Amino acid sequence: MSDEQTLDLLEAKIKELRELNETDGIDLSAAIAELEEKLAVLRREMYSNLSEWERVKLARHPERPYTLDYIGMVFTDFYELHGDRLSGDDPAMVTGLARLDGRTVAVIGEQKGRSVEENKQRNFGMPRPQGYRKARRIMRLAERFSFPVITLIDTPGAYPGLAAEENNVGEAIAVNLATMARLRTPIVATVIGEGGSGGAIAIGVADRILMLENAIYSVISPEGAAAILWKDKDKVKEAAAALSLTAPRLHELGVIDAIIPEPLGGAHRNPAQAAAALKDALIRNLNELVPIPTDELVVARYNRYRGIGRYRTLTER
Amino acid sequence: MPIFKDKKYFRVDLEKKLDESLWIRCKSCGQLVFKRRVRENNNICPHCGAYFFLTAKERLESLIDPGTFIDISEPIMDDDPLTFTDTKPYPKRIEEAQEKTGLASAIILGSATVTEIPIVIGVMEFQFIGGSMGSVMGEQICRGMEEAIQRRVPFVLVSSSGGARVQEGIFSLMQMAKVAAVRTRLGDEGIPFISIMTYPTTGGVQASIASLGDVIIAEKGATIGFAGRRVIKDTIAEELPEDFQTDAFALAHGVIDRVVPRESLKEELGKLLSLFAEVA
Ligand SMILES: [Zn+2]
Repeated sequence: MSDEQTLDLLEAKIKELRELNETDGIDLSAAIAELEEKLAVLRREMYSNLSEWERVKLARHPERPYTLDYIGMVFTDFYELHGDRLSGDDPAMVTGLARLDGRTVAVIGEQKGRSVEENKQRNFGMPRPQGYRKARRIMRLAERFSFPVITLIDTPGAYPGLAAEENNVGEAIAVNLATMARLRTPIVATVIGEGGSGGAIAIGVADRILMLENAIYSVISPEGAAAILWKDKDKVKEAAAALSLTAPRLHELGVIDAIIPEPLGGAHRNPAQAAAALKDALIRNLNELVPIPTDELVVARYNRYRGIGRYRTLTER
Repeated sequence: MPIFKDKKYFRVDLEKKLDESLWIRCKSCGQLVFKRRVRENNNICPHCGAYFFLTAKERLESLIDPGTFIDISEPIMDDDPLTFTDTKPYPKRIEEAQEKTGLASAIILGSATVTEIPIVIGVMEFQFIGGSMGSVMGEQICRGMEEAIQRRVPFVLVSSSGGARVQEGIFSLMQMAKVAAVRTRLGDEGIPFISIMTYPTTGGVQASIASLGDVIIAEKGATIGFAGRRVIKDTIAEELPEDFQTDAFALAHGVIDRVVPRESLKEELGKLLSLFAEVA
C-alpha cells in the first residue's frame, strides 16, 4: 500500500467513525481525535521530506486542481475567448478575460483533461501551435487595454506530432517568447502543476514567476532525461533529482520568485485552500507590478532575462 | 567549482590548421577521397555528391571571405550550476567536448565579411554536446546580437543543434527566453538577422532564436523541427511520413524561406546581405 493509500484509508476510517458518532449516538470523539492526530503526524512526515520524484508524482496527481478549477476559485466573471484567428482553437490552452480583486485581467492557462474523453479533447494539456498562437493573441489584446496577464502553467510539454510540426510549433513558441519579453503590461506566470519544457516557457516569460509548492518546472521530463542521458528508462528518480525541478530548488537557484504554499499532502487535498493561496499571491504581485510605469516594467523584465544563465568568466591565454 | 581544471580562455584561430589527415572516407559512397579535393569542392563528395559533416570552423571557412574572421566571443565557459551527473559528471563531458572540438564552447562567435559585407556571425558546433544551448551559448548569441547593433552590421547565425543543454536544467530552458528577448532589439535597431538552419536545427534552438530570423535559409539536407521522431513515437505513436522534418518538408509547410545547396550558400548569403546593405 502506498502512503497516499494509507492516508485515504485513515481519512475514510475517520469519516466512518464520525457518521457512527452522529447516527448511533455513541461517543467516539476520543477515538476520532486519536486517528486524526495519527493522520496529521503521518501527513507531516510524508510531505515534509518529499523526494523529487514524489514531487513529480504530486505535480501530476490526477486529482490535482487544473487551470479551469483555479479559474473558478480565483477569479470572477471569467469570459472564455477562443481561437487563434488563423487555423483553429486549441482546448489544451484556455484563454479569456476575468476579474481579480476588482481588476480586469487576461488569463491564459494550459488545461489537462479529467476524464479519458476530456483528455482526448484537451490532449492531456499539451498545446498545439494554435494554442500558443491563441495565447499570443490574448496577450496582445491585454496589452492594448493594459490588462495584466496571468498565466497558469500545467503541461507535460507542447503536443508532439505531425500536425504540430506542419504548423511550425517551434515558431509559435519562439514568437511567444519574444512577444512576452517586451509585452507592455504586467505578466505574472505561475506553474500550478507540470512546467514541461518549451511548452511551458512559451507562456512563462514574466515579471514574476511563481510556483505552487509541489509543482515542477524542467527543461525535460525525468522520463526523457532518463532515456536520453542515462539510456535507461528506469532511471527516472535519478533524473528527477539531477534536474533540480522542484519549487524549493528553483527558488534557491533564483529562477523563480516565490513559492505558493499548498495544503499538506498537495493541492488536491484541499483545492479551495490552494486556490486561496494562489489568489493571495496573484493579488499581492499585481499590487506591486501595476503601479510600476510600463517603460520601467519592460526594461526590468528585459534585464531579468538578459542576465539569466550561469557561466564562468575566464582570463585569456 | 573545484571539479573544473583551472583553464584560460582560448579563442578560435581559423588560420591554424589542426587536422592534417590527407584522406577521408565518404560515408555515403564508401570512396576514399583526398581531403583537399573535398575542401575545394565545398566539402561535397566529388564522387557521389554527398555532403560531408562540417565542423563549426569548416562551416565558417566555407561562408566567409578568407582571413576576415576575428573571434569576438566573451571569455566565458560552461559552469555546472546543478552539479549535474548522469552517466558522467557534466564538467567531464565539457572537457571531453573541448578536447574533441578544440573549441571553448558549442558556438564560435566573431566578426567577418561575406563578399566584403561586414557581419557578426555565430556558428554552432554540433560535435560539442550536440550543439546544445546552455548558458554560454545563450550569452554568446546575445553578445553577438549586441555587437551587431553596436557595429550596425547584420547578424548571421548558423544553427546546428539538437536543442537545449539538458545538463544545465532550468538555466538552459531560460536561454530560449533570453535569446528571444535580445533578438527583439535587432528589430528595434533595424539590424537584419539571417538565420541559417543546417543539420540539425531542432528542439529549444528551433523553438527560439533559429526561428526568429528576418530571413531563414536552410542548407539542403538540414533536419528542421521541434519534437524529433523518437519523442513523437514515444509520446503519441503517430505514423510519420518519409520526408518528416526534412528541408523539403520545412519549405512545403512554410517553416523556412529557401533551401540552398551547400555550394551556393556563400553566394546566396552575399546576395541577400547586399539587399539589406542599405539599412544596416
Ligand atoms: Zn561519396
